[in-house]
Amino acid sequence: MAKKTFPTRRKILTGMAAVGAASALPDVTRFAHAGSHSAPIKIGFQVHRTGIGAAYGRWYERTTMAATKVINDAGGINGRPVEIVAEDDGTDPKRGAEVLEKFANQHGCDIAYGTLFSHVVIGSAPRAAELKMPYFVVSEGHHVASGMLNRYTLQPGITDVKSQVQAMAPFVASNLGKKVTMIFPDFAFGHNHRDFFSAAIEAQGGEVVAKLAIPPTETSFTKYFPQIPRETEVIYHVMVGPSVLTFVKEMGEFFGPSAPQIFGFIDSLEAVDFATPGLEFLEGTHFWEGMPRYAQADQTDYDKFYRAQVGVDNNGASLDDPKDISTYSHMFACWETLYVIKQGMEAAGYTGPQDRTKLIEAVEAITDMPESNEHPQGAKLFNGKTHQVFGPQHISKVEGGKLVVQHTTSLEDGFYPDEVDYTTQSF
Amino acid sequence: MEFGPHLMLAMLEGLVQASVLTLTALGLSLVFGVMRVVNVAHGEFFMLGAVLAWWVTTMLGGNPAIGFVVALVVAPLLVGLMAAAADWLVLRRVEYDPERTIVATIGLLYIIQQVTLMTYGPDAHPVTPPFNTRLALPWYEFTDQGFQVYWPWGLSITSYKLFVIAAAIVTCLGLWLLMARSKIGLILRATQLDSETAQAFGIPVERVFALVFGMGAALAALGAVLVVPIQQAHYLMGGDPLLLSFIVVIIGGLGSFRGTVVAAVLIGMSDGVISVFFTPTLAKMLATLLVAMVLVYRPQGLFGAKPA
Repeated sequence: MAKKTFPTRRKILTGMAAVGAASALPDVTRFAHAGSHSAPIKIGFQVHRTGIGAAYGRWYERTTMAATKVINDAGGINGRPVEIVAEDDGTDPKRGAEVLEKFANQHGCDIAYGTLFSHVVIGSAPRAAELKMPYFVVSEGHHVASGMLNRYTLQPGITDVKSQVQAMAPFVASNLGKKVTMIFPDFAFGHNHRDFFSAAIEAQGGEVVAKLAIPPTETSFTKYFPQIPRETEVIYHVMVGPSVLTFVKEMGEFFGPSAPQIFGFIDSLEAVDFATPGLEFLEGTHFWEGMPRYAQADQTDYDKFYRAQVGVDNNGASLDDPKDISTYSHMFACWETLYVIKQGMEAAGYTGPQDRTKLIEAVEAITDMPESNEHPQGAKLFNGKTHQVFGPQHISKVEGGKLVVQHTTSLEDGFYPDEVDYTTQSF
Repeated sequence: MEFGPHLMLAMLEGLVQASVLTLTALGLSLVFGVMRVVNVAHGEFFMLGAVLAWWVTTMLGGNPAIGFVVALVVAPLLVGLMAAAADWLVLRRVEYDPERTIVATIGLLYIIQQVTLMTYGPDAHPVTPPFNTRLALPWYEFTDQGFQVYWPWGLSITSYKLFVIAAAIVTCLGLWLLMARSKIGLILRATQLDSETAQAFGIPVERVFALVFGMGAALAALGAVLVVPIQQAHYLMGGDPLLLSFIVVIIGGLGSFRGTVVAAVLIGMSDGVISVFFTPTLAKMLATLLVAMVLVYRPQGLFGAKPA
C-alpha cells in the first residue's frame, strides 16, 4: 500500500488549532499580568449540597451568593471582585478535607469558608492548618473556642453552643421550670449541649434529671421517650438532620394532652414549616432562635435589608415558594462571616496568599461589630484569642403558628473565661 | 415510665419496624430464592417507593387519604415495572451470573440514588398520614384493692401505626396464598426448585425472572409507602433497610418465606427493645453476632432447606 504523503484533514485542523491557541496565548498572559490587582479574590465555599445537612446547605449557598453580590456591587474587597468557588462536601468529614485540598491546589483559592456540621469542621480544620489556609467556619460547636482546632480556623459569624445555652439557662430556670430532661443528638454538637447546658442550669439552681442521647442516624424516636422521668418540668430538645420533623411529631404523639413545658433549639425545626400536620402541639412552646424567623413587630431596617437581599419573606420562607422554609436562625452567619473576611482583608491590605497570616492577625484584632447591614443579627463582640464571636440570642414562643420573640439575651450573658489563646500559636 | 409500660411501648414500636422490615426482607428473599440474585439495589427500590409516594401525594393534593391510597397502588407498581425493566435490560444480559449480578446491582444502586438526588433533591419530605389518632393504652397493677387497670403517662400508639402492622400481616398472608395456592405461585416454586427443568416444561423462565424481580422491588416499595407517613422520604434512606434485610434473610434462610417472616419479627423487635433498654449499637452488634453464628452453625439459615 502506498504511503500517504499529504497530511490528513485531521492533522491540518489540529495544526490550525494549535497555531490559533499559540497566537491567543500572549493575550492570556498579558491579561494575567495586567490584571493581578483586579483579579477576583477567590473564596472556597464548603457547602452541604447533599447528605444530611442539605437543607442548611441550600440556604447557606443562597445567603452567600446574596452577600457576595452586595459586596461586589459596592466595589468588592480592596477594589477586587469576590468570586465564590463552591464545592459540595456531602456533609461528610472526609470529603470536607478533600474539598479544602481542591480549594488550595486546584482552584487557587485565597481562603476557605463555609460549612455548618461540626464533624465536617472538625474533620477539615487540621487540613486547613497543613495547607496554611485561613478557614472561616460557620458552625456553632464549641470546638473552635475550646482550643481543639488551630490558629487557621476562625468562627467570627455565629455564637458557639456553650455561650448560647449559658445565655438562655436563666430564662428556662425562671420561666419554665428547674427540672429539665435533655434530648440531643449523640455526637459532638449534641454533647456540647449536654455538657454546657447541664452546667448552666445547675448554676441557676436547676437540675438535669435525664439526658437522652439519640444516634444521629435514628429515624424513629417514640421508643426513647419513656426514659423521660415523670417529674420533668421542662423538655429541652435539640435534633439535627433530615429526621427532625419526625422527631418533633413523635414527641407530640407521645405526650398527648399532658406535656411538660417544652423548650426547643430551633435546629429541631430549621427549614420545617410550622403548619405541617402533627406540629399543632408546639403552640405555646418555646424555641431558641439565633435570628428570628418571622419578622417581628420591632423589625430593624437591617433585618429588612438582609431579608430582601437573600429573598426571604416575613414568614422566613423563600419569596419564590412559601413552602420553602429557610434556615433563618443560622444562615445569617454566612452573610456576617463574609463581611468579617472583607473587613479583615481590608485591614490587612490583603493582596494574595502571601498575606494569609496578616489576614488572620487582622481578624484577631477585630473586637466590636456594631449592628448594621453587615451584621443584621445584632451587635457582636469578637474574641481574637479564642477566634469566637459572641452575639445576642432570642427566645421565642409559638403563638398562632408563628414564633414571637419573648426575650433577647445580652452579650454578657454568654461570656465565659477563655479556654485557649490562639494568638500565641505560631503560624 | 415503669418497666412494664416501657417494655410494652418499645415492643409496639419494634413491631411497627418489624412489619416494614418483613415486607422489605420478603422482597429480597423472593428474588434470591427464585433467581439466586443477591440484589444490592434492594434498599434503593425501598427508597424509590417512599419518594414516589411523596410525589404522588403532592401531585394529587387534596385529602391526604386519597393521595395515600393512590400512592399505595401506584408507587409499588411503578417501582416493580422499573425493576422488571432493569432485569430485562441488565441482569438478563449478564446471564444472572452471581458475581456479575452483584456488580450490576451495585451499579443500579448508584444510578437510582443519584438520579433521585438530581430530580427529587437532597431534602427529606413528609407525607401526611391518611389518619393518625393518638390512642392511649392501658396497663395493670396489683394494689391493696386487687387487680386494677390504669392509663400510664405516655403509653400510646397511633391508629396509623396499628394500620401499618395490620397492612403488613395482610400482605404477608396474600403473598403466602399467592405462593402456595395459585398457579403463578406454582410456577414460581417450580422455577425456584429447578429453573432448567421448569424451562423444559414450557415455563418462560426469563419472563418469570422479570416478574419476580419486579415483585421483590414492589414489596420493598410497599413497605416504604407504609412507613413514609411515619418517617419521611429521603434519598439516603435505602441503606438501613438493605442492611437489615440482608441480616433477616441470612438468619431466616435465603428464600424461605417462613424464615424471613420469623427473622424479621425477631430482628425488628430486638432492635426496638435492646436499643431502648441498652444501646442501639448493642442491638446492631447482637444482630451481626447472630448472623455470624447462623453462618457458622446453620449456613442455610434457621428455616432454610439444606442444600442437597
